[in-house]
Parts: sequence; C-alpha cells; structure tokens
Amino acid sequence: MTNITRRTFITISAATVAASAIGFPRPGIGAGKRVVIVGGGIAGATAAKYLRLMDGGIDVTLIEPKKIYTTCFLSNEVLWDHRNIDSIQFNYDALGKHGVTVVHDVVTAIDPGSRRVTIKGGKRFNYDACVVSPGISFNWDAIENYTPEASQKLPHAYQAGPQTLLLRDQIKAMKDGGIFILVAPQNPFRCPPGPYERASQIAWYFKNHKPRSKIIILDPKPEFSKQALFTAAWERYFGYKTGNSMIEWIGEADAGEVTRVDVKRMEAIASSPYKGDVINVIPPQHAGKIALQSGLADDTGWCPVNHRTFESKIHKDIYVVGDAAIAAPMPKSGYSANSQAKVCAAAIIAKFSGEPEPVPSFVNTCYSLITPEHAISVAMVYNLGPKGVIQEVPGAGGLTPKDASDEMRKREVAYAYSWFRNITHDIFG
Amino acid sequence: MDGAKQELRNMSRDINNHPPGKRPYCAALLVLCAGFFITGHAAAELPGSAMLAYTCAGCHGANGSSVGPASPTIAGISVDYFIETMLAYKNATRPSTIMSRIAKGYSDEEIRLMAAFFAEQKIVRQPQDYDMKKAIRGRKLHKKYCNKCHEDGGALADDDAGILAGQWAPFLQFTFADFISGARPMPDSKKQQFDKLIKQQGADGVEQLIQFYASQH
Ligand SMILES: Cc1cc2nc3c(=O)[nH]c(=O)nc-3n(C[C@H](O)[C@H](O)[C@H](O)COP(=O)(O)OP(=O)(O)OC[C@H]3O[C@@H](n4cnc5c(N)ncnc54)[C@H](O)[C@@H]3O)c2cc1C
Repeated sequence: MTNITRRTFITISAATVAASAIGFPRPGIGAGKRVVIVGGGIAGATAAKYLRLMDGGIDVTLIEPKKIYTTCFLSNEVLWDHRNIDSIQFNYDALGKHGVTVVHDVVTAIDPGSRRVTIKGGKRFNYDACVVSPGISFNWDAIENYTPEASQKLPHAYQAGPQTLLLRDQIKAMKDGGIFILVAPQNPFRCPPGPYERASQIAWYFKNHKPRSKIIILDPKPEFSKQALFTAAWERYFGYKTGNSMIEWIGEADAGEVTRVDVKRMEAIASSPYKGDVINVIPPQHAGKIALQSGLADDTGWCPVNHRTFESKIHKDIYVVGDAAIAAPMPKSGYSANSQAKVCAAAIIAKFSGEPEPVPSFVNTCYSLITPEHAISVAMVYNLGPKGVIQEVPGAGGLTPKDASDEMRKREVAYAYSWFRNITHDIFG
Repeated sequence: MDGAKQELRNMSRDINNHPPGKRPYCAALLVLCAGFFITGHAAAELPGSAMLAYTCAGCHGANGSSVGPASPTIAGISVDYFIETMLAYKNATRPSTIMSRIAKGYSDEEIRLMAAFFAEQKIVRQPQDYDMKKAIRGRKLHKKYCNKCHEDGGALADDDAGILAGQWAPFLQFTFADFISGARPMPDSKKQQFDKLIKQQGADGVEQLIQFYASQH
C-alpha cells in the first residue's frame, strides 16, 4: 500500500499544467522525524497508520492505555444482545505491523515547551509533532450526584466497554413493565444521533420482549439530530404521539433538563423527579482530560485548531483530531475523526518536508439503526471555506429522504454494517 | 463437485492474474494529481487525488477494496465508469441510498481526480459465501448473456462496464433489482440483452449470476 500512496500520478490537465506540480511525498523525507500520538482511538489509530503509509521514514509512537479498543459505534446493538461485544473489539497488532510503536500506558503530561510527552510509567518521549486524540471526558460537575461512582449504578455507556456491558445487563434484568430513563446531554457532544438511536433500539427490544415497558428521554435540548426521521419511525413502530407510546421525549420546552440524580431512589430529577428501573445518564462532555490539562482547550472545554492542518491554535507542533477538536460544522463522529486524522497526517508530512499545506477534503456519514430492517443516515462532504474554516459543500449531503422506501431503509442497514467493517479495517487492519 | 470447484477457482485465478494497467485513459481525463499534494499555486486550489479518495475508505474500504458485506469495491474500475457513475449519482439519474448526497459534494474536476486514483488501485477481493450449484449455472448464463460487455467473468474494467467478479452479492442484488424495476435506466445497447436474460431466465437466473460473481475471488 505504501508504494500506492506514494505513486505520482503523471497525467496532466490543461488547467493545472501551469502549476507545475510534482509528485509527493518523496520516500524517506521524514526520516528521523518523531510523531507521538496521545490516544489510540478512532482518530489516533488512523493518524498513526496513515502517517506510516504516507511516509515509512517517520518514527510513530502511539500511546494508549487499553490493549483492546471497543468501538462506540454499533455498541447500542450490544445493549440488547443483538450483537456480541467481541464483534466491536480490536487490538493494535496490525498497527505494529505498519511500523507503529504502540505503548500501552496513560499520558500524564504534554509539554509544548520541551516538546515532550510523559507517561504514567515515567518514561518520556520527545516529539517533532504530537497528535492529541483523547476523545471526550465527562463533565462530572454538571449533574448533581452524578459521579464516576454513580455511573456504576446509572451507566453512561458512552465510552464503550465495561459500561456497555453494565447497561446491557441492567436492560436484560429489567422486568416487563419497567421504565427506562435516558438522560441526554447538551450540545456539543459525541455522536449527536447516538442517544436517539439507542432509545429506538431499546424500544424495539422492549416491543418484542418486554412490551409493557416504557422509555423516557429527558433532554435539555429543544431539538435533536435526525429528529423528524426518528420520530416518524417512532410513530410507525412505537405508537409515538399516541396515549400509549412506548417512547416519551421530554425536551427543553417541557423542562427536560436533568440537574440532579438520586442513586438510592433511582431518580433523575428535572423540574420534577422521574423514577426509573434503569437509568442511563449521558452527561455533558468536553475534550479528553489530557487535552484540558495540557492547556489545549479554550473556555468551551474543546480544542481550537487550524482547520487546514488540525494544528492547535494554542500550542505549536501539537495537533488535535477527533472528538476533542473544534471542527464544527463536522459532528463529533467516528467518520469525522477518521477523515480529520488523514488530513492531519498529510499536513504533518508536508510540514516535515517543507511543502505547502495540503488542501483538505472531508466526509462524514453517520448511520442510525432503528430496527433490524430500518436505518437512516446523514452524510456530508466538507472542504475549507474562504476564511479557512471547514464548511459544508453547498448542495451536498443531507438526511435519508423522509419518503425513502422500505427497501431503501433496509439497504441502509446493509450499508451501515459495511461502513462498520470497512472503517474499522481502515483503522485497525 | 470438486472438479467444478477447481474450475471456478481457475477462472478466478485468471481474473486475479489479469495484467493491471491495461485500461485506456480517455483524453478528457488527463488530470494532474500528485497524491495528497498539489504544489505550486494552482489557480483554484484543489485537494490532491489521494486526499479526496481517502475519504471514501470509510465505506468502500482502504484504497477502494471493500471488505463487505454490501458496499461495493471501487478499486480498479475504469476512469470512464467512475466518472459516469459519480455524475449519475450527482444528477440523481441513478438510484442510491447516500451516494447521491455524497456525489453532490464534488466538482467535476474533483471527480476526475478520484477516478484517476481508483483506476490505479489493485482490487483486493475477499472470499464470500456462495452457492456452488448456482454459481456453476451462473457462469453459463454469464457467458451467454453478459460476457460481451463484462469480459472475463466481469473482471475487466472496460470503458463503460462495472467490475462484477468478486463484487459483494448484496450490492449486486440491489443493482439487479434497480435495473429490473426500471429505477436505474440502462443504455439501449445493453437493455436488449438484459431483457432477454430476465425473460428467459427469470429471478432464478439473476440469482445464479450473482452467485457466480460472488464466487470469483
Ligand atoms: C453509542 C455511540 C454510537 C456511536 N455511533 C457512531 C456511528 O454510528 N458513526 C460514527 O461515525 N460515530 C459514532 N459514534 C462516535 C464515535 O465513537 C466517536 O466520535 C469516535 O470514537 C471519536 O474518536 P476519538 O479518537 O476522538 O475518540 P475515542 O475513539 O474515544 O479514542 C480516544 C482514545 O484516547 C485514549 N486516551 C484518553 N486519554 C488518554 C491519555 N491521557 N493517554 C493515552 N490515551 C488516552 C482513550 O483510551 C481512547 O482509546 C458513536 C458514539 C457512541 C457513544
């Protein structure tokens, strides 16, 4: 694959002849340059692999505590045993084969002055460029009593792994006729349609296995991602908007913001208390802790970056990609993280070799699975706008049409699974 | 049955050994693309071909070879076919789930850059389950009805024909369904032959063909 990405395409168009382009990158140009990557999730692992594919001379070290990464995508299917958790787990062996040095530890400090990264084990790594991709961390101050300990009883299941299994077991154990409460977060947060996809799938499971149960979504927002498509599906399958709806959505207008939980009484407290048999609290979020600690975030709790290169606007030679970065209008999604990481890798290589910054191009596609035969999607192509800010390409993208046929919705299920297989293979394969 | 399996295998070996790079470039496609990087001060700054093409990997696989189960492999398809396909999506003359929404995001020049990238990629075919009996029957049908345009068991990326050999079966099913329903128009030159296939062989024949293409890896 290396030689393919290196290949110079030598066909020439009239329009660009004047630009006298040369083939690039040249092999080995980055020899001796060191890139340290903090966090081996979707963004970090993609950056590691593509840096090595684009220039085999670069020394790439990826630091990630987990030996097994569990994707958040498709983890909602694990919640009702529609899928095994092993099917969404990946190791770092392939990255090693691509020549990435993988260190399983936690980064405790990034020092932009000495350009050094320190891990818990004490070891330090010098870098010429540092990619920071720690994903999200939760704002534990936002909801009174919702602490890391409380999340052992009221799971968030928004970083996949043990939390996913905990929530799965609670859903399985819940009695028919029980109440499942989903506390949704304020914007911006990871995977905007994620909570609503989750509610849809759990409703499908209830409908087939525990039909007297109910789902209450408590939401501080006035509206949510793909809302019209979700609610149309809820009307179709779950009696939404009827007196006997399986799903109830309580948004901003109905004071749906949860400010406190009572773990003992199993209550989520908005304007009034809601009692649940299972309570899934997805708290508000900000950039991963290490990004905050290293001074890479602004007042919003997220990291401002140059949209052409993903270099931090705060610290030179540090790049932030994935959920932690401010890349709006791109959503915080796995597809975005993968797409941004490739742009970032190309920018780093260009910098090492003194070439102009490459012109970026991005894609995001997010599927939401509602039933085993009904999926919806949002897709968008992005480029760099006139002010150097990422923009949606006018006229492109959008949602699954409201009037899409059943056949097309079924095909979207097949394509959602294909997306999963291909993107994980692109990252961890 | 073992002999039959061997025969199918041999055919797929031929396919995989087919010399790459024999595909003609059409004159309109003399595009310049330097991977990720276009140096100099291009009049309108365009992303490089790899920069554009890497965004497709999420669904179509690294360098365009899909690991399935449904989204098609786009590695190795001809420049002409890639462009024709993207323009059809862009103009919504071909049915799709999301491709129409995606294709609208690219200028014609950008589509040409991507086409050049994917035409250069070697297809990595994956094994998939198939029904041997149907595949053998499908092979005969392929020879009779399809081989004229889709040469070599549908493995050759001709000017205007998609690659069928080793393509993912669900994708082929969707594609056949769209041709049969008329949702996807077919050029007159192919329509006659296709109609004949449907009339004479029916849904069983279609399924046998799909199983044959699925067997070619
Ligand atoms: C339920 C759910 C469904 C989703 N569905 C989709 C979907 O269908 N499509 C889609 O595109 N996206 C989806 N997403 C979103 C997607 O999972 C995230 O956007 C994506 O994981 C972001 O990638 P990232 O690399 O920024 O963060 P992560 O993938 O979270 O990776 C961050 C990594 O950094 C590591 N790390 C953190 N701190 C440190 C440190 N100090 N030192 C070392 N390592 C550290 C962590 O261990 C982690 O592995 C979904 C999310 C959820 C919750």
